[in-house]
Amino acid sequence: MKKVFVVLLVVSLSFVLFAQGQTESAQQEIRVLLANHPYGELLKESIGEFEEQTGIKVNVESLQESQLTQKLTTEFATGSSTVDVFMTRPLQEGLLFNKNGWYAPLDSYDFSDYPGNTVDIGRKDGTPFIVPLVTEWQVMYYRKDLFEAAGIDVPTNFEELEAAAKALNKDGVAGFGSRGKGAAAVTQLSSYIYNYGGRYLEDNIAVFDSPEAVEAIRYYGKLLGNYGPQGVVSMSWENLMPVFQAGKLAMWTDASVFYGQVVDPAKTQIPAEDVGVAQLPRGPVDDSPFIVVSWGMAMSSKTKNTEAAMKFLEWATSKSLAIEGMKSNITMARNSAWADESVRAMMNPGLIETQAHAAMNGYPFDRPFMSAVGQARDLIGEIVIESINTKGMSPKLQSLATEKAKAVNDLLKADGEYGMK
Amino acid sequence: MIKSGFFERNLKYIFPLPALIFVIALMVFPVVYTLILSFSEWTLTSGRPITFAGFSSYLKILKEPRFLDAVGRTFYFTVGAVAAEAVLGIIIALILNREFRGKNGLKFILLLPLVATPVAVGIVFNLFYDPTIGFLNYVLSLFHLPQSGWVTDSATVLPSLMAVDVWQWTPMIALIVLAGLAGLSSEPYESAKVDGASSSQIFFRITLPMITPTILTAVILRAVDALKTYDIIYAMTGGGPGYASETLNILAYKYSFEYFNLGQASSILVFLFLLVLLFSLGVMRLRKRFEL
Repeated sequence: MKKVFVVLLVVSLSFVLFAQGQTESAQQEIRVLLANHPYGELLKESIGEFEEQTGIKVNVESLQESQLTQKLTTEFATGSSTVDVFMTRPLQEGLLFNKNGWYAPLDSYDFSDYPGNTVDIGRKDGTPFIVPLVTEWQVMYYRKDLFEAAGIDVPTNFEELEAAAKALNKDGVAGFGSRGKGAAAVTQLSSYIYNYGGRYLEDNIAVFDSPEAVEAIRYYGKLLGNYGPQGVVSMSWENLMPVFQAGKLAMWTDASVFYGQVVDPAKTQIPAEDVGVAQLPRGPVDDSPFIVVSWGMAMSSKTKNTEAAMKFLEWATSKSLAIEGMKSNITMARNSAWADESVRAMMNPGLIETQAHAAMNGYPFDRPFMSAVGQARDLIGEIVIESINTKGMSPKLQSLATEKAKAVNDLLKADGEYGMK
Repeated sequence: MIKSGFFERNLKYIFPLPALIFVIALMVFPVVYTLILSFSEWTLTSGRPITFAGFSSYLKILKEPRFLDAVGRTFYFTVGAVAAEAVLGIIIALILNREFRGKNGLKFILLLPLVATPVAVGIVFNLFYDPTIGFLNYVLSLFHLPQSGWVTDSATVLPSLMAVDVWQWTPMIALIVLAGLAGLSSEPYESAKVDGASSSQIFFRITLPMITPTILTAVILRAVDALKTYDIIYAMTGGGPGYASETLNILAYKYSFEYFNLGQASSILVFLFLLVLLFSLGVMRLRKRFEL
C-alpha cells in the first residue's frame, strides 16, 4: 500500500513539472497588456473581430497605468515575461525600457501617418520602438454658466486667470483647480513653467531652479492655495474630476483626454453645454502648453510570437480604430484621424482649436524626460506642495528648488544621462 | 527491490518534503533573497547589471531624511492605533461579557469590519473623508463646526488613517479579550464580593491582572500587523500628501516599484523585518515574565 502511495506521489509531482512543456497548442496565442484607458477599453471591446479575422487567440489583461508599468518592469527585469504586445507611456517608461532593451524594433511599421516628433520620442539610435497611440495637451475646462453669471470673459493670460479665479471663488465653488498632489502635479505644472519661460530639463540638466521656473511654481501655488478646492495637495485628476462634475469647481486645467469623461451624463451634474474647453492662458513669456504622446503601443523584445504580435500591433494601431477612438473623444496621434470629416463634425470645437494651437506652439514633454522620472517627479512634487501650502509665499521656495534640482542631477548622473544631448 | 527499500527507510523524510519545499520556496527564499539584494546595487533605471555593494545601501538609507521620518511614522501609527484598539477592545469585551438582549446581534455586527477588504474599506472611507464632497465635512457643516482636511492635510492624515485601522481591528482585540474573560473562573469574584470589594477594585485587582496575558497576546498580534500596514495607507493616500503618511512599507514599495531601486528598497525591508522581529521577541519575553 505504501509503495503504491509513493509511486503515485512521484508520478503526480513529475506530472506537474513536465506539464508545462505540453501546453504548446496548434492555435496561435498572444498575451496583451492594456491600460485602463478609454482607448484600452475600445480595443478590448473590438478584440473579438481581430480573433475572428486572424484566428489568433488574444489573452488580454487590463491594468491601471502605474500598475501596468510595475507589472511590465517586474516581468521584464526578472526575465520571466510572456507578454507579446503592450500599451506603454513613452515619456514615463520609454527611456527605461529602451535602455534595458525591452522593446522590439519596429522598422517594418509604416509611420507615414504620424507627426514626426511623436515617433521620435520612441526612437533610439534612429530605430523606432513605439507606435504613438494617443496625444494629449493641456486645456482649461471651465463653467460657461458661472462665467456668464459673473459677467467675465474666459481668461487669455495669467493675470486674467488669477482675477477670474478670485472672482469665481465663492458660494462653495472653488475658483480654480489643477493637480496639487506632488508627483502627479508635475505634468500639469509643466505648461505653467513653459509659459513663464522655464523648463524642467535642458540638455539633460535639471534647470527647474531657474528664476522663471520658480516664479511659475510660485504662481501655481498661489492660485491653488488661495482659490483651489480644499485638500488640493492630495488631488490628482481622479479627485478633481468629481469635484468639477459636482459643480464645485469653476476652472480646471488638465489634460485634454478627460473631456469625454467630464461630460459623461451618467457621472456629472453639469450639462455638457455649460462645460467649455479653452486653451491654457498665455504666460508672461510664452504660450506653449505641453502636447505629448501619452500612450503608445509596443512589442516585447522577448516575444516568441513575432508574427502574430506584429499582426495585432498593426490592427490595434490601425486607422479605422483611430477614427473610432476620435469619435469617443479620444485624441489620437494619427494625422488622418484628425483630417477625417466625419470626425471633425462630431468633435467638440474647443478640442479641435486647442489641439491646433498646441500642435503649432506646444512643447513635446510634460515631465522631465529621464529614466528615473518617478523619483524626479516626487522631488519636484515637494516644491509644488510647499508652494501650495504657503499660497506661493514661501521664502524658501528658491532654495528648495535648488536643492531638488541638484538631487535630480544626481539621479541623472547615477544613470549616466547627465548632460546628454 | 532496493529502490522501494530506500523509500521505506526514508519515508519519515519523504513525507514532510513537500511542506519543507513549500516553506523554503515561499518563505525562506524571499527573505534570503531580499537580504542578498540589500547588499547589492541594482537600479533598473541605470540599465547596469546587479553588483555587490556591501553596506552602501544601508548607509545611504540611514542618511535619507525620508527614511528616518518613515520610521517615526511607522511607530506613531502603530502605537496610536494599537493603543486605541486595546482600550476600546477591552471596553467592548467587558460590555459583551454581560448578558443582555441583542448581544448576539451586536457580536455579529462587530465582526463585519474584520471581514471587509482593506482596499474597499479605504475607498469608502475616502468618500467619507473627502473635504469638498465628503460626508464628514457635511455633517460638521450642519453643526457649524470648523471643517477638517482629514487625509488631505498633513497634520491630520495619520490620525485619520489610524481611525480607519481602529474601526477595522478593534473587534479583533475585543473578541480575543472576550474569549479570555469567558475562561476566567468565578471563584475569585465570589470571594472578593464576600470580602466587600467595590466593582472598580474587582476590575483593577482581579479581572485586569487575570486577563493581562490575553490582552498582551492580542496586542502583539495587532502591533506586528500594524507595523506592516500597507493596504489601507496605499489605497487611501499613497503615502501623501507629500510624504506625510509614508510608513516604512510604503517607502519600500516606492523605492522598488516607482524608483526601481531594488537595492535600497531591500535594505528598507530588511530594516522593517528586523524591527518586527525585535519587537516580537521583546514582547514575548515580557509576556513570559507576566505568566510567571
